[in-house]
Amino acid sequence: MKRVLEGSHAAAEAVRLARVKVISAFPITPQTHIVEKLSEFCSNGSMDAKFIKVESEHSALAAVIGSQSTGVRSFTATSSQGLALMHELLHWTSGARLPVVMVEVNRALAPGWNIWTDQTDSLSQRDTGWIQLYCETGQEVLDTTLMAYKLAEAVFLPVMVVLDAFFLSHTYEPVDVPEQESADKFLPDFEPAFSLDIRNAYTLNQLATPDVYMEMRYDMHLAMEDAKNRMADIENEFSKIFGRKYLPVEPFRCDDAETVFVTSGTITSTCRQLVNDLRKKGERVGLLKIKMFRPFPVKEVCNCLKNIKQVAVIDRNFSFGAGGIFAQEVRAALYGFINPAPCVMGFVCGLGGRDVTIETLTTIYKKAKNREAGQMESVWIDLKK
Amino acid sequence: MRENLKEKELVYSGHLACAGCGAVIAMRFFLNTLGKDTVMVIPACCWSIIAGPYPKSSLKIPVIHTAFETGGAMATGVRAGLDMKNDTKTTVVVWAGDGGTFDIGFQALSGAVERDENFIYVCYDNEAYMNTGVQRSSSTPYGAWTTTTPGEDWKKLRKKNIMGVLAAHRISYAATASIAYPEDLIYKIKKAKSIKGARFLHIFASCPTGWKMASELSVKIARMAVQTNIFPLYEIENGTKYSINFKPKNYNVKEYFMLQGRFKHLKQEHFEKIQEMVDDDWRLLCKKAS
Repeated sequence: MKRVLEGSHAAAEAVRLARVKVISAFPITPQTHIVEKLSEFCSNGSMDAKFIKVESEHSALAAVIGSQSTGVRSFTATSSQGLALMHELLHWTSGARLPVVMVEVNRALAPGWNIWTDQTDSLSQRDTGWIQLYCETGQEVLDTTLMAYKLAEAVFLPVMVVLDAFFLSHTYEPVDVPEQESADKFLPDFEPAFSLDIRNAYTLNQLATPDVYMEMRYDMHLAMEDAKNRMADIENEFSKIFGRKYLPVEPFRCDDAETVFVTSGTITSTCRQLVNDLRKKGERVGLLKIKMFRPFPVKEVCNCLKNIKQVAVIDRNFSFGAGGIFAQEVRAALYGFINPAPCVMGFVCGLGGRDVTIETLTTIYKKAKNREAGQMESVWIDLKK
Repeated sequence: MRENLKEKELVYSGHLACAGCGAVIAMRFFLNTLGKDTVMVIPACCWSIIAGPYPKSSLKIPVIHTAFETGGAMATGVRAGLDMKNDTKTTVVVWAGDGGTFDIGFQALSGAVERDENFIYVCYDNEAYMNTGVQRSSSTPYGAWTTTTPGEDWKKLRKKNIMGVLAAHRISYAATASIAYPEDLIYKIKKAKSIKGARFLHIFASCPTGWKMASELSVKIARMAVQTNIFPLYEIENGTKYSINFKPKNYNVKEYFMLQGRFKHLKQEHFEKIQEMVDDDWRLLCKKAS
């Protein structure tokens, strides 16, 4: 049924439909609407779940690791400082091979205090062994969260579903909310491969010597690689039931393009509009939306960009001393695979929630088309004097 | 009270503890009393090692090891998961050292107790970060040498009163216990098991390695700690009802200190000061229990 929902509520609806059994979370703007809605669901009986109201994000993820270890589907949501506080346990979740799903709302890290959108919080967790899926719309948030459980439970790695603060978390859009019956068909009950159970005593997460640790990590690597194929299957299955599909990357009007934007999150929607506008003026421009950031879809990115002359990567994030993070990843993906490689230019904009408008992207397009940016630097857009 | 705990042995020999380790004695009494329907959460502590490396275990129950500061939160999640599976038979236990309880794990413990989570939290207290090589914790007593309170910088601050802090949470049940008083310990384990909600056992567990003493003194020292009032045995119900389980007859603290290398630098004036502090604490405890 189509309803007009906030991105946050779309996430909460998906958690309800996934029949999650344990939720644990700590409030942080702009994640609050997700956990408030879930509290409501637990309280009014829409969900048969226990909501643990912990005293920190660190404890939120610890509690979720605990519940998931007993073999029940578990959920948490956070943002920014909260995600940073969880960092240690992000590693713990993936290392324990727990299919936890988290919704993470991209918000800038302090200081200064800033509650607005910025991707540096989630991207700085890229090496924690979590699958990361970035969303553009409320519908995509709902669908991705449902698929996230299926994916996590297929490869036994946790999944982070990522959405922009306010532009997505607090923006109302029409969202098709599936019936419980179809959701159940797509996502049956979770069957744990292992769990804490007195009838079958396992020790979990124990001391691992140099003799075994490396193989444990290699298994995680294999699982992460496997996630790419599994996601393709899951998307096909999802599409058969619900008629919607996203793919790890989505090329938009790239076929005969000379210059291609690379985007993620809600900037993608603005960029689609610009690409359409520019195409009307005869410009050969396209767009590549990256949804899956971990595992990074190297093959798909290479396929899409192999015949492109200029690539303008938009980064609403920054790694000090290195550059925009998507730009680094795109360059690393292309290196050695595509020869000659396109000219990849990195543009940093919209940090701390600053608006990225058609004008902002137009400025970037002109610089990219005329190759006014170096390949080794990040160009900061709309900086004030 | 007669107990044949050996028949119910849930701790294997061949564990990785040091000789004379009080934490293993505590675990054996605890687990053999509580029984096999137990899931144990172990945050970073000596027992992270003692339990053995993958793929072995020195414990015959399901165990989940977890990060240092997460005991209270992890157990909350485990309990919630079991509850959602309608498993009410299993008792969930946190087994943590003093560092994971008094210091880094305190927030998660306080949160769990405020929420009155249904599990038993055991702190086996060896009065320092022993697993990392004897660094001071907020449980390290006044007068003690540790590797981070070396030489003349021996600890000149009091041990944190964790029982008092938990009593302030109005915890359903909290008790101190000692490896040297097994009947009292077993009674408290059984009592804790019979109560629903958050429960806390503070078990004094000597550490010959960190306390610089002979391994055969483990139980003797633990007994002396009780007899000198340095570690009194008492219970607190609902945070208000104090009962003292053992009333010693004026032992002098000095004897206790003389047997441990960690206190060898102390002089008569320090013993006098410590005696005053111990007497003061005891008076306060007796007042609460009266």
